[in-house]
Amino acid sequence: MAQAPAPADVKTNRRSARQRAKLILWYAALILLTLVFVLPLLWMLSTSFKTDPESTRWPLTWIPRDFSLQGYAEIFNTTSQTPVLRWFLNSLVAAVAHSALVLVTAAPAAYALARMHFRGKRLMFAVIISTLFVPHIILITPNYLIVDTFGWLDSLLAVIVPSVPTAIYIFLLRQFFVSLPRELEEAALLDGANRYQIFFRIILPLSKAPLATVVVLSFLQNWNDFLWPIYVLFNPPHLTLQPGLSILQGAYEVRYPVIMAGGVLASIPVLIIFIFAQRYIIEGVSRSGLKG
Amino acid sequence: MTTGQIGQAGAAPPPPTEKAARKSADKDFIGANPITPYVFMAPYLVLFLIFVLIPVVYGFWISLHNFDYLLPGKPWVGLQNYADLFTPNSTTSGPFWNSMEATGKFTLFSVPLLVIIPLLLALLLNQDFRGRTFFRAAYFAPYVLGVAVVGILWRFLLSPNIGLVNFYLGQLGLRDDIPWTTALPWGWVALVGPTVWWTLGFNTVIYLAGLQDINQELYDAAAVDGANRWQRFLNVTLPGLRPVLLFIVTVTILASANVFGQAYLITQGAPGEETTTAIMYIAETGLRQFNMGAAAAMSYILALFLMLISIANFAFFRQREE
Repeated sequence: MAQAPAPADVKTNRRSARQRAKLILWYAALILLTLVFVLPLLWMLSTSFKTDPESTRWPLTWIPRDFSLQGYAEIFNTTSQTPVLRWFLNSLVAAVAHSALVLVTAAPAAYALARMHFRGKRLMFAVIISTLFVPHIILITPNYLIVDTFGWLDSLLAVIVPSVPTAIYIFLLRQFFVSLPRELEEAALLDGANRYQIFFRIILPLSKAPLATVVVLSFLQNWNDFLWPIYVLFNPPHLTLQPGLSILQGAYEVRYPVIMAGGVLASIPVLIIFIFAQRYIIEGVSRSGLKG
Repeated sequence: MTTGQIGQAGAAPPPPTEKAARKSADKDFIGANPITPYVFMAPYLVLFLIFVLIPVVYGFWISLHNFDYLLPGKPWVGLQNYADLFTPNSTTSGPFWNSMEATGKFTLFSVPLLVIIPLLLALLLNQDFRGRTFFRAAYFAPYVLGVAVVGILWRFLLSPNIGLVNFYLGQLGLRDDIPWTTALPWGWVALVGPTVWWTLGFNTVIYLAGLQDINQELYDAAAVDGANRWQRFLNVTLPGLRPVLLFIVTVTILASANVFGQAYLITQGAPGEETTTAIMYIAETGLRQFNMGAAAAMSYILALFLMLISIANFAFFRQREE
């Protein structure tokens, strides 16, 4: 049953005309707000299917009058100076590799920090967590030089690897591992299992939700990263999509269907992930405070 | 095979002397192979060392040199790069403090909006009604987009002559030629507005989690005491949200102080350099003009500001964990 906005004053079950009016107003407000959030995205989609002249014409049209795939044809042209499809694939490879690396490095480390006893553990944990408040900006200059030393400038490795050791994932996973009942591990131990077997066969299968959260968040983080890739990738074929969009904006200036088609392409994967992994994203966010 | 055994063992009741068993368990692990924990830690630690720990120190080392990436010599200059930032007529101090001012203004304009509007939205969404999950998702959706998409989209929407925003302002009988991206004070609206649109959902979700943690009995008790809705908000909701509120304020200040992509893409620093933010100036100085010594010094100054806020944030984080 739909409820009136203030459940606390449900004193009468009879729905008066006044209550009904209130309910209508309530949904009207919610829908209006939804439009504020969704319309700009629909405008991007609509513009991407217009011809160049229609995209800049007033009065504006929400449904393209001269439906056109010109914008998409332009960005799928791999020989141009703005090979958007190539950038899309680069971004996909980078983000998948990045989140896989985050998973295989952060999960075992977080488990060791949660459950094992070893010399230096407290110090390691303290140092890792303290980097939660090291502002990212002080790392970019030295990391540029380090990445250069490895010969990674202008290659995908530069955008895949350096951001892997982010403390927030250790923090999230450790929190979860600490909350698991110890009895499971103890019983397995009595059965002769070793730490590796326990980790892979008991702990990981029990941790699907937090692991999924980490994978999804690190994928999004990498896919959306902007500041770092615009400086470490140079050649058009080597770019990822986010810095590419900035190039696209400069190269096509007022050819908005092309620019918006690029924006649509960059948004599709993250919106699909959001629709299917909403639970993990929203839970992860409300538990961590991962931002920017 | 092993999996089956472990599964069964897991379902069995815990051993009677739990504490003793735990102790012996730990001992067994250590005794069995003291290297195991380090094997678990190693992959992460290696990357952490190379890309976080060493850079923190190396960055400071760079800041003590006249470090031009393109020149062979990188002479030691001590604290000169820092001193320059505090010398009124040096080449770096003017633009740097201008960019700090821009960042400060942006933070000042955006944080109140990002603290208050999401709270109202969360209160709206914290009711029991059909479709609340849908609305929550709709408000959160822009947050999953990258700043590059947000930037190119809003530069288009706010375009003075052909943009959607000016078109509808015109339809409402208002001025329809506002130069959002090229003049002040409009430039601030062009940076703050899209940022609010983009990140509102993030704060809303955190508020919602906080609201759901508030004990419902407190509301019932307040209602019994005859408190009206406003009084219940003041005396139950706000005190209950205090830790969340503190968290949101600090995290939002930090994120706003790190603003980069919006200024880079929407206003491009325009009209002059007025909306060039600190991060933008530092990144351009270090990684475009390769004046890395000065950029590193600036980044430490900015970091000092940010860390003071972060430490407050973390202290709060711990408090929340308990």
